[in-house]
Amino acid sequence: MTRRLSIIVVEKDRDRAVMIVDGLREAGDHDVLVIADELGLARRISERNPDLVLIDAGNPSRDAIEELTLASAPLQRPVAMFVDESDGALTQAAIEAGVSAYVVAGLSANRIKPVLDAAIARFHLMQKMRVELAETRRALEERKVIDRAKGIVMRAKGIGEDEAYALMRKAAMDQGRKLAEVALALVTAAELLK
Amino acid sequence: MTVTLRLGFLPLVDAAPLIVAEAMGFAEEEGLALDLVAAPSWSASRDLLSIGEVTAAQMLAPVPVALALGLGSPARFEVLSVLNLNGNAIGVSTALAARMRDHDFALSDARDAGLALLAAAGQRLRIGVPFAFSMHNELVRYWLEGLGQTLPESLEIVTVPPPLMPDALAAGEVDAFCVGEPRGSVAVERGAGVLLLPTSAIWAAAPEKVLAARAGWAEQDPELAGRLIRALWRAGRWLGQGANLTVAGEVLAARLGVSAEVVERSLTGRLVIAADGAERVVPGFLRFDGGAAGFPWRSQAAWIGARLARRHGLDAMQAQTVAAQVFRSDIYRLHLGPAGADLPAASAKVEGSLAEPTPVASSRGRLILPPDRFYDAQVFDPGLAG
Repeated sequence: MTRRLSIIVVEKDRDRAVMIVDGLREAGDHDVLVIADELGLARRISERNPDLVLIDAGNPSRDAIEELTLASAPLQRPVAMFVDESDGALTQAAIEAGVSAYVVAGLSANRIKPVLDAAIARFHLMQKMRVELAETRRALEERKVIDRAKGIVMRAKGIGEDEAYALMRKAAMDQGRKLAEVALALVTAAELLK
Repeated sequence: MTVTLRLGFLPLVDAAPLIVAEAMGFAEEEGLALDLVAAPSWSASRDLLSIGEVTAAQMLAPVPVALALGLGSPARFEVLSVLNLNGNAIGVSTALAARMRDHDFALSDARDAGLALLAAAGQRLRIGVPFAFSMHNELVRYWLEGLGQTLPESLEIVTVPPPLMPDALAAGEVDAFCVGEPRGSVAVERGAGVLLLPTSAIWAAAPEKVLAARAGWAEQDPELAGRLIRALWRAGRWLGQGANLTVAGEVLAARLGVSAEVVERSLTGRLVIAADGAERVVPGFLRFDGGAAGFPWRSQAAWIGARLARRHGLDAMQAQTVAAQVFRSDIYRLHLGPAGADLPAASAKVEGSLAEPTPVASSRGRLILPPDRFYDAQVFDPGLAG
């Protein structure tokens, strides 16, 4: 039986941290610790002496972890950056998913792989959720602008809702622009003419 | 035809040559569109360049040297030009500043400032720098070691991502820091720190950020590399003219998310050092141009290599030789000679030997090198011929 891996996840956002930890649990019975407070990060990590550190590639605190790759004191285990490892496809997948992994030197690749696969899957999922959330927000914003523009056209031309909408659709198609763009132009122009 | 180049950078004042090259048309003149990719950290920027997400990047001068020495990651980079000299400031927490009341905070004498810091710090001194391989780290160490004092046993120089520096100071995680602008001014504005010393007072002409590319790129695509090097060189020259600094302040402020007033402090060298508004003028605080500022001297790289070798237990002479090859003064010459740059006749010099502006042999005969003294009057002779 192999020893449990000691894994540190650096993540401030509680919901995201929970998602990552859940994903890692599915990959095996590992000892997972979340560090949310980034002050003194390198010290906290080296005190814990983990096998693996996972951190969002966009987190500025990555630079503090880099220091651990240089650890030279006798009791410290040097930490290698995962992009150093020979498994190119896995590295590429990690970069695309936006996760950086720091692995203690000497840990065998087949012990890391299931954990990293799980982490990558979770980071992908989170990325997808972020994109969807942004998409939903944008759609909602566009809806609001289109409704306002429709109101302006209705008042200006004394026409009904459906007719105003059709008029805007036609203008958009004629100009090869998106309906939301035409609506925004209308709203902006109306603001100016107020 | 316009070619789009993706370049990595960190949102700092000394990313100015990249930002100005794009905003003021120097890139366009060379048929380039610059897609500037803001990296969240130096390690992320290094990885972006390493995997080819960006073609070239603004980089801390020691990073390419460290990589060549096998420190940090298997990537291999080359330095095509120096983007700026100097530009960092050392500051102390407000608590530590309060214990330094006898010091004048003149920001001019590194020895005075260092002794005052050690006296006030007592047995505990932890200093935050942005990255393990940075001039911040090298210059802080050089400064403290050169004071000839017994350093506190607990002295620690640790990496703190600059955006977190004000919080780290407030929490007592660090007592002092060395950061680039606008980070130092932001720490002052937030009442977290007081500026103590510009790094230009430690070494008057220290290479700070460089233009780095993957090893071999500039020779595989010399035409494109030439266009990029020239565009950034012209942006640097533009930044060197005082009359342009107001516009530069506005352009940079928009990119960096701080006010133009804060950006202008470092561009003009008029630093606000404390929350009460006290000001100090530091000539040469941050330099983009003049005296072959952009020239990647082999001797600068050798100095960095020697310092890294000492700390990481590598052979010093060998490290200097390897390091010197990372700063590609030959590529710089190839592309900027025909463009009209006044290039020095030599590619290496004895660093720290100039106390006064000094005329030197150059391609156009008008090159005057600015003072490049170390505060302790040491000189560094890399023993590199030519």
